[in-house]
Amino acid sequence: MDINPKNQPVDRVDGRQKVTGSAKYFAEFALPRTAYCVIVGSTIARGTLDQLDTKRAAAAPGVLGVFTHLNMPAIPGWDAPVGGQADGPPPQPTAETYRILRGTKILFDGQPIAMVVADTFERATYAASLVKATYTRQTPKTDLNKHLAAAIAPSIPWMKDYSRGQAEAYKTAPVVLEADYVVPTEVHNPMEMHGILAQWTSPTSLLLYAKTQGVNATQRAMAQAFKLDPRNVKVHTEFMGGGFGMGLRTWPQETAVVAIARQLGRPVKLVMTRSQMFQLVGYRPHTRQTIRMGADATGKLVGLVHEATAETATYEDFTEGTVNMSKFLYACPSMQTRYRLVRLDRGVPIWMRGPGEATGAFALESAMDEMAHKLHLDPLEFRLRNYSETDPEHNRPYSSKNLREAYERGAAAIGWRNRPATPGSQREGEWLVGYGMSTGTFNAMRWQATVRVVLQADGSLLVQSAVTDIGPGTGTALTIIAHNVLGVPLDRIKVQYGDTSLPPAPTQGGSAIVSTVGSAVFDTCSAVKQTLVELATRPGAPLAGHQAEELALADGQLFVEAKLATQVAVAELLRQNQLASIDKTTESKGGPEQQKYSFYSYSVHFVRVRVNPRTGVVRVTKTVSVADSGRIISPKTAASQMIGGVAGGIGMALTEEAVLDHRFGRYVNNNLADYHVAVHADVPEIETITIDKPDYLLNPMGAKGMGEIALIGFAAAVANAVFNATGRRVRELPITLDKLLAVS
Amino acid sequence: MNPFSYARVTTPPAAVAARTQQPGSYFLAGGTNLVDLLKRGVVVPEKLVDITRLPLTAIEATPTGLRIGALAKNSTVADHELVRRQFPLLSQALNAGASAQLRNMATVGGNMLQRTRCAYFYDTSLPCNKRVPVQAGPDKGQPNGPTGCGALGGYNRMHAIFGADAGVAAPKCIAVHPSDMCVALAALEATVVVVGPKGERRIAFRDFHRLPGDNPRQDTTLGADELITAVEVPANELAAHSTYLKVRDRASYAFALVSVAAGLQLEGTTIRQARLAMGGVAHKPWRLFEAEQFLRGKPATLATFQQAATLAMKGAKGYGENDFKLTLAPNSLVEALTLATTPA
Repeated sequence: MDINPKNQPVDRVDGRQKVTGSAKYFAEFALPRTAYCVIVGSTIARGTLDQLDTKRAAAAPGVLGVFTHLNMPAIPGWDAPVGGQADGPPPQPTAETYRILRGTKILFDGQPIAMVVADTFERATYAASLVKATYTRQTPKTDLNKHLAAAIAPSIPWMKDYSRGQAEAYKTAPVVLEADYVVPTEVHNPMEMHGILAQWTSPTSLLLYAKTQGVNATQRAMAQAFKLDPRNVKVHTEFMGGGFGMGLRTWPQETAVVAIARQLGRPVKLVMTRSQMFQLVGYRPHTRQTIRMGADATGKLVGLVHEATAETATYEDFTEGTVNMSKFLYACPSMQTRYRLVRLDRGVPIWMRGPGEATGAFALESAMDEMAHKLHLDPLEFRLRNYSETDPEHNRPYSSKNLREAYERGAAAIGWRNRPATPGSQREGEWLVGYGMSTGTFNAMRWQATVRVVLQADGSLLVQSAVTDIGPGTGTALTIIAHNVLGVPLDRIKVQYGDTSLPPAPTQGGSAIVSTVGSAVFDTCSAVKQTLVELATRPGAPLAGHQAEELALADGQLFVEAKLATQVAVAELLRQNQLASIDKTTESKGGPEQQKYSFYSYSVHFVRVRVNPRTGVVRVTKTVSVADSGRIISPKTAASQMIGGVAGGIGMALTEEAVLDHRFGRYVNNNLADYHVAVHADVPEIETITIDKPDYLLNPMGAKGMGEIALIGFAAAVANAVFNATGRRVRELPITLDKLLAVS
Repeated sequence: MNPFSYARVTTPPAAVAARTQQPGSYFLAGGTNLVDLLKRGVVVPEKLVDITRLPLTAIEATPTGLRIGALAKNSTVADHELVRRQFPLLSQALNAGASAQLRNMATVGGNMLQRTRCAYFYDTSLPCNKRVPVQAGPDKGQPNGPTGCGALGGYNRMHAIFGADAGVAAPKCIAVHPSDMCVALAALEATVVVVGPKGERRIAFRDFHRLPGDNPRQDTTLGADELITAVEVPANELAAHSTYLKVRDRASYAFALVSVAAGLQLEGTTIRQARLAMGGVAHKPWRLFEAEQFLRGKPATLATFQQAATLAMKGAKGYGENDFKLTLAPNSLVEALTLATTPA
């Protein structure tokens, strides 16, 4: 069935709650006797903690405890459990160990050296300022550029070197490009600060209000850390003020707060500071990439090599799919990828929106533009000449791929024909004008989820899933799915989510939630519908004699499609059968077809920029982003998600960089005034287009993910547009004005 | 932040008296910078003297120009009819600063006294010659950080290219003054009116902020016991040809890499008078006296502007990451002069 035949633009179901302040975020929950925890972070990035004077802090007004490596309560399980799933395996422990408040070794700047707890947040903050540490400093290694020689191949099989065809075939091609591309460290910087509120409700049971992208993942992690029955760990995260990946794992400081709450025998709340958000909840790793590409005179790729080297911590190897898209996006007969890590004195990275692929796409899609220029080909035409009709990596068909149509529609919408063939040749007043485009892609996945659906005798519907809505509008999409399967009016549907008391769901990430949980809603609602049909068509029932295929549901009525007059109200049907409700819980996941095809979502980004030739200032003046992400469930929130991705992409392209002073291994722009995310004035008109063609091989609704692809590739489109405007190729993000000074 | 006492005053003499009596006290106006400094432990006060109730918010025409009360909000001044009509440069500069929310809180006097945004100044674990060390002791906080200039040899993208080495063998501080408004006031040759224990004093704007020299802790020539009460801007003939150009890393809510306040008086195409100041390049709003003098009597052409820009860069020096400003600053000056002389 078509999951949304009318393409209704449904308003965000929680929109009113969010704009009126009634949506409660974790830090807003109040429990009696809550104590407040403030982290004191190391001010060195490598060395040893020699002395820690906590006397004045402990004596400060309202202080309930100062926890350090000397008195940190035990965490019986291991205390840095890793959860999450976005784009590859979780970070892998190395020979080095980081355990919060254990020992005196400092492994990264901002590493907690004390956690101060007081009866108010202000008193805890003041007391934390009184903790005094002395260190033996060692020279920190934090600069990826200086330690490339120490790069290692990660031991994770998923990240092993890849090769097909002839090694380094690019060298044999008549036209060769070799270029390095750099993506700096970027920080998620959601509006909502990270933290947790923990209460031990009994010696063996926990209640947590967390900022997590997966309540079940946090539940498992905490149960493991404290050796509890997971059923006794309740986690609530209904709303999140932006996640972008930083909530994909349970961070050590969260676990520490739980341990402290047990020790103090009262609820403890941690709300981190903005500067701690740079240090303690991950980041997009600084990554250097090299693309080596060869093409023949007809514009066909002959060979491609994509190498990436990324920073990670000394204590965990974090990996992501930086080189993945190069393996299949273009029909290139010979290609190799290599992914390397450099272990530095840094906190560990974590997936950030469009993880890996966003970094990789900047290199690959910039290089495609460079090669097109060398070949005197339109960059769109060059991509079409190398279009992969089947997946060259796995030698199997794509489940669906409408990228060609996406290219066409995007090009028409931006006015690609107006792009000057010669860089630096078009002006608007004194400003240079250019057009750029790029491609993005990300795995389209379907995982496993359980959903409960209760159809009440009054005709209302309850849908339950533990899944967290980190902002994309999950609750809205699930409402629309239930509405279209069961015909219950939108305002009679209640979707409950974000709590472990509800049926289990995976962590929100990897653009897989509508496909996974949405499918579970679809399947469970379909089971409810099946029961309704059985009740309605039994001998003596209102629609007796009709077959299931003849029946449809709409506006609370079950009717025979061919004869609209023949119908029965769903509520009436339940009453006739003396049923208070139809209550179904089903587990749902993808089938074996998932091994026969390659599943990807695609995006195409087109941008138009203006560049001031005197000052180098870049202004994005128009963007068009096209998503090929299967059937669109919720047109309105889907467009919002793309708009958000583009705004993030403008930041990635032009402004975002977390800067370290490598002499100290310490951030020097760790606040929202100095770390520049794009502001409204940076964001122009954003046009979004969805191809909106179902992919029923992935799930029964034909929907694929779009959260990641909204960002992936965007930065390359801007870099390519800047080249078109100025003739200057910027291979290092962000494209700040100093890289463009004196372009004419 | 540390516990401190708080007093609210309602007259300028009471404000001065309150501050004079207690050396560890600070005036609190809009608080848009002071509160940051308190939270970061850069300022560790014993007392805050709240001056927001002082009657210093008037914006009024005077026989010689305009007088702006020290407590007038940035947004009020920017939107004021007299300012927009007679001193568009000031209005533009104010609107280029901060965000709408901050401009609604920030006062004119506070804007003049805002501290640098140098990262090393704000992080008490990093070296800085500008932070005043605080004595350790009960409720007085910790000594707040090592000395030295962290920005020299460090992250100095935002930092000074002019005046840091004036009067010293080697720079002790390369921080820049962050205000936009002050760049315009410098070009407009404003006067700062202050009151202290000995009464009122008037300070020419060019003398109000100072270069770091060997005392980078001191941003201005204002006495520790003095209160700014007003700014006076003399009438001028620059309104028709003035531009505030702010070049920065994003389109709003970012400090200037380089800004230019340019005001010209033209007679036909001949420049009768030029006033030029730059922001983001020095420890104070940087007047370009030599370039101003050069432009007088010259035709308003690109070639003239380029020559003026070359003159303006005399003595400029980069410190690594800010070397690009040696190109950006003259380019921005040419751009601003071009905009100021381009019919709207």
